[in-house]
Amino acid sequence: MRIRLTSIFVDDQRAALAFYTDVLGFTKRHDIPLGDDAWLTVVSPEDPDGPELLLEPAGHPAVKPYRDALVEDGIPLVQFAVDDVAAEYERLTARGVTFTQPPTDIGNAVVAVLDDTCGNLVQILAMKPA
Amino acid sequence: MADVFHALDDETRRLVLDELVARDGQTLFEICSMLVTRHGLSSSRQAISQHLAVLEDAGLVVTERRGRSKFHYFDGRPLAEIAQRWPTTREGTP
Repeated sequence: MRIRLTSIFVDDQRAALAFYTDVLGFTKRHDIPLGDDAWLTVVSPEDPDGPELLLEPAGHPAVKPYRDALVEDGIPLVQFAVDDVAAEYERLTARGVTFTQPPTDIGNAVVAVLDDTCGNLVQILAMKPA
Repeated sequence: MADVFHALDDETRRLVLDELVARDGQTLFEICSMLVTRHGLSSSRQAISQHLAVLEDAGLVVTERRGRSKFHYFDGRPLAEIAQRWPTTREGTP
């Protein structure tokens, strides 16, 4: 068994696509119209056949209270691996991205948490060399 | 003032204050991860949330909403009141 796809709820699919591609740097994999919405996924250009992230519309009534409570407590919904958290922090803050947690050394890794502007917090993580 | 002594009478709450002094303005998520990684303390988020409420009631922690997240800050004023009542240095002290 392998993880092939995971999803996050986004306020606006087009705004989310812009953020996840233009700002974070992922590439669009699928964009299939489904009524008013789309089956919209992104992948990492470093791993184009790797797991896809589905940007799912946040219309379900359960989504808002669920995400509001998590964001209030600073809890990220997804984690991305990067080479250098401090460099990403500099690059992304220069582009106007806000972080709820600046780069933090947690022993065997460095982490930070950013706001994806679509209703979610995202953790970035760089493992330290063993 | 009794609230302050009660709030400080707990090792987890003292560690929370240590972490906020080290870096002020943390979310619940960040405080929990600091307690785990730096102190090996694996209390549940609910438990830490309750500890933060005790500290907030005592005035030792204040919260501020920035964007959609809530950040916790250390406030040392209740401790200053203690030192005012029982000065730590006094004229005539040998």
